[in-house]
Amino acid sequence: MSDVDYRTLEESIELSHVPTAPTVGESGQELLTLNMGPHHPATHGVLRLLVTLEGEVVRDLKPIVGYVHTGIEKTAEDKSYWKVIPVIERMDYLSYYFNAMAYCGAVETLLDCEVPKRAQYLRVIHLELNRIMSHLVWMGTGCLDLGAISMFWYCFREREQILDLFEMSSGQRMHTRYIQVGGVFEDIPRGFDQKLREFLAIMPRRVDQYLDLLNRNEIVLRRLRHTCPLDEEALLALGVTGPLLRAVGNPWDLRKAMPYSSYDDFEFAIPIGTEGDNYDRFAVRAAEMKESCKIIEQALDGLPEGPFITTDRKVALPPRHELATSMEALIHHFKLVTEGFRVPPGEAYYPIEAPRGELGCFVRSDGSSKPARVHMRDPSFVNIQALEPMVKDSYIADLIATLAMLDPILGGIDR
Amino acid sequence: MPDPTGLELIAQDLGKAQADCVLGTHHAHGQATIEVAPATIRATLARLRDQGYRFLSSVHGVDYYPHEPRLGVHYVMLDMEALDRLTIKLRVSVDDPRVESVTADWPTANHQEREVYDMFGVVFDGHPDMRRILMPEDYEGHPQRRDFPVGGEPVLFTRDGASGRDYTLGLDNASTVIDASS
Repeated sequence: MSDVDYRTLEESIELSHVPTAPTVGESGQELLTLNMGPHHPATHGVLRLLVTLEGEVVRDLKPIVGYVHTGIEKTAEDKSYWKVIPVIERMDYLSYYFNAMAYCGAVETLLDCEVPKRAQYLRVIHLELNRIMSHLVWMGTGCLDLGAISMFWYCFREREQILDLFEMSSGQRMHTRYIQVGGVFEDIPRGFDQKLREFLAIMPRRVDQYLDLLNRNEIVLRRLRHTCPLDEEALLALGVTGPLLRAVGNPWDLRKAMPYSSYDDFEFAIPIGTEGDNYDRFAVRAAEMKESCKIIEQALDGLPEGPFITTDRKVALPPRHELATSMEALIHHFKLVTEGFRVPPGEAYYPIEAPRGELGCFVRSDGSSKPARVHMRDPSFVNIQALEPMVKDSYIADLIATLAMLDPILGGIDR
Repeated sequence: MPDPTGLELIAQDLGKAQADCVLGTHHAHGQATIEVAPATIRATLARLRDQGYRFLSSVHGVDYYPHEPRLGVHYVMLDMEALDRLTIKLRVSVDDPRVESVTADWPTANHQEREVYDMFGVVFDGHPDMRRILMPEDYEGHPQRRDFPVGGEPVLFTRDGASGRDYTLGLDNASTVIDASS
């Protein structure tokens, strides 16, 4: 296309004004800057790392993100409130129920809309299933990074069961649009209960089996134990939450600390670690899967009767059968589907405990039927800052293991 | 969240420590917000740290278009012991969008301030690495501003490149014609 010779262009670039980094490390060895990614199998997505190496030791690291930025927050400003949910779900693509929950929670706060108890329990069931699913993908791909390929197949076998459950309750396996403003999209279908119980009977045993495979595996232990720890103070300063913070022994969990969606009704433990190394990060998540099973079981046993979505017709669609007989229902349906509901002006921040830490959604309303600002405080976006202090002065092989145990989701980072 | 009385007390303390610091308080839906003068943000957050708000959980930008001053930055503070959240917000105009960076005190703000800069064009003075984070480094404009059009980015297809036309901004717009020879 261009007539100008590429080589001539390249030679004309003047680099003398660019400050140069030291090229020799402390030990006198030459420093090598290595570009990892954005297309690298071990970065779990399109993450690019600029790594400065002295021999095999990482001396500096800069994460470069933004390769899958799709402007979802901008898109959301152009859609009515309930049509934002499908795009919001595609941010952190492994925790779609959480994205929808944070967003719907913020909108419900602005609307002062009460969510029926049954809907809160149904949300908890799906959120915890999603947490297990997300941790299974983390465990499968994380172990893949360590060279353990069979874990991938085992974890995805159980994940498949969860996706089947999602498909049963919402019709979709991923990005289900199940959680709606005011409740959930649909009550659970007949047979869901039984299928979920079958899963709950199997899942804790499966976690034990995974741990039997990994906990006595010399390679896994040597890759994870005592590698790349970071102390609590540094983690808090960097804003790190979730399993990474709990791995150092800080039992901070929003489900317990500031319960939402009836989490205070359930009994569950918060697994914590002691040392904050990669092994603790691994063990905390593995134990969380079992705790999630307990929560789901309690929610299923205590599932209250009642509506699954708010009866406020200004917010939620009327039941289908009313449309044929009630003029009022038809009008509400028409208004909701065409314009959507209006939200009184205001600002709300709604934080929840996602699989990777605090996921907060900030929504500003200007009184119209479209949000004026939607912002996700995505845990991966904040947590990725901790990678550099974690891996500084350790081997490049440990960088791969740490990245796997950090569990960043680039869809969530870039949004 | 502090109750309305607690919020006023915190605001009063901040005002006592530094006059003209607090511009207003807002309590709605159980969430407390204090609006402060942009110049005092770093000192305000440091004072709140002494009061127990030791965790900065989120920094987000807002565009209040058409209201002035247009741009807003919110800092969501968290007290992990009292289980309390408090939002500090400030507003700056588009003409002079400068705020002191709090990254030195709160390392977590590093990426988040860069995001606010990228999306809204608020410049954080004293930030160690004030560059774009999500958009390409040579990108022009701040896409989350309310007056930035959706689909405002020119997309170049190979087919149009040869004739010097781009896809989104129209064929007649001479200023957007891309010079194929460069």
